[in-house]
Amino acid sequence: MGIQRRELLAALGTGAATGLAGCSSVLGSDEGEPVVAGETLTLTTTTSTYDTGLLDALNAPFEDMYGVTVDSVAQGTGQALETARNGDSDVIMVHARSLEDEFMRNGHGVNRRDLMFNDFVVVGPSADPAGIEGMESAADAFATIADAEAQFVSRGDSSGTHTKELAIWSEAGVEPGGDWYQETGQGMGAVLNIANEQGGYTLADRGTFLSQQSEVGLTILVQGPIEGGPELLSNPYGILAANPARHEDANYDLAMAYIGYVTSPRGQQVIEDYTANGEQLFYPRALSEDPDFQQYVPEGWSADESKE
Amino acid sequence: MVAALAGVVPLVDALAAQATAGPLLVGFPFESQYVASIIYVSLYVSVFAVCLSTLVSVPVALLVGFTDFPGKRLVKAAINTGMGFPSVVVGLVVLFAVSNQGPLGELDLVFTKEAMIVSQFVLATPPITGIALAAVTSVQADVRDAAFALGGTRLDVALAVVKEARYGIATAVLAGFGRAISEVGSVLIVGGNIAGTDGVSKTRTLTTAVQLEARQGRYETALVLGAVLVALVLVVNAVVVRLGDSGVGGGGLR
Repeated sequence: MGIQRRELLAALGTGAATGLAGCSSVLGSDEGEPVVAGETLTLTTTTSTYDTGLLDALNAPFEDMYGVTVDSVAQGTGQALETARNGDSDVIMVHARSLEDEFMRNGHGVNRRDLMFNDFVVVGPSADPAGIEGMESAADAFATIADAEAQFVSRGDSSGTHTKELAIWSEAGVEPGGDWYQETGQGMGAVLNIANEQGGYTLADRGTFLSQQSEVGLTILVQGPIEGGPELLSNPYGILAANPARHEDANYDLAMAYIGYVTSPRGQQVIEDYTANGEQLFYPRALSEDPDFQQYVPEGWSADESKE
Repeated sequence: MVAALAGVVPLVDALAAQATAGPLLVGFPFESQYVASIIYVSLYVSVFAVCLSTLVSVPVALLVGFTDFPGKRLVKAAINTGMGFPSVVVGLVVLFAVSNQGPLGELDLVFTKEAMIVSQFVLATPPITGIALAAVTSVQADVRDAAFALGGTRLDVALAVVKEARYGIATAVLAGFGRAISEVGSVLIVGGNIAGTDGVSKTRTLTTAVQLEARQGRYETALVLGAVLVALVLVVNAVVVRLGDSGVGGGGLR
């Protein structure tokens, strides 16, 4: 048992040392060697970026370039922001602008950038019992599903997809509920499987749907903007750093290096080139010759607001 | 109980041998390095936590078993309640504790194996204590009296009791290990299910890997990982029961 005690002490010592290293090395060392190498960046993100495999492709070059490790924690937008709010995350990559804006307005996040986008699609059984196929408006399609009381499977987990779904219901003027509406609290993949088994409709991000299309018998009934569908179904991803003034331990330098990398031509190219099953899943959005100031501030924010 | 346990050994051995050598690994859908690192993390966290729990639990069980003190029934009730702690709740509490804003925030433990060990320790300690307590209290009073009469110190008496109750204590340790390694809620919350871009697990265990596969609807690969987990538990059970047999004088009770 003595050995185990020693191991415990060693582990605790290592833990403490790593903790201290995380705090001090950013501030510089006397040794003249690069101080960033060996550090760890904690990225909280959504299940869609992780499960599609994009993050592995995106992070590997960054890790090589800086000699660091990126710990990606896939949580869903709501939880990813909450983790950062508790000071346990350095950089956040999510897809629910309203939640990102709230996060920034509360002073937890800084330096938001538009990163990339794809879109949502309304999927359902090919028999299409509610008859929504080819509808031009997502809100109309949702209203039709509600009228027909056709099975609808909701994420119900405060994820970006769930947030978008609620926005569409609100646009459709429907308060979803009743036997036909199921809140599952599960990830996108699981929800697609449930919808498949129950012959129900759901809202899915195109990337996850494409990567699972071969396994589920669902088809796209209302397209998103990538295939000419309504703008309401666009799915923009943003990236932002934890505010170092709020969270002293946040690895802000490295977070900004990461944001710099993923919004650089090189990082954007990785996003552009990433495919699964031969289909492009994400479309880069960070690069623009023209100014785009709205990406740095909450939507609808204007300079007048700050004078109040 | 002793006889029953002894009878299970050959069966466990046979199943374990089949699980490790059998056809499970044919057509394996993962990089072997990935799976190996997940198994390593699972074992590291669970074994470490269970060893810590045992170090705490057995003395506590002896103390509670053989001394009388006010509030003893309360302590027993607390131990029994602890056996039923929902793991997600433990995970949340440990997350609050180790989170940057929590009391242990300075240690920077969130999303590390050490944080997972803490939550597994909290989960494994009550069952180990409870079952070990039942085992030591079932040791006949004359064994204790004999050890005492032979001039033993309190430590000698305690050791004699532990030796007599070794099968029960092994059962307790295995129950704790079973709870720790098969648990998914708390390690997911405090560990974050992290694997590097090189496919090496940092805080991903077999259970959270199963969860990840299931989340993406890849139930077949999830089942493969689940089979690995079951095989692993069988192997560990076999090893511990074997050690219990050979470690204490050739299984005199059989």
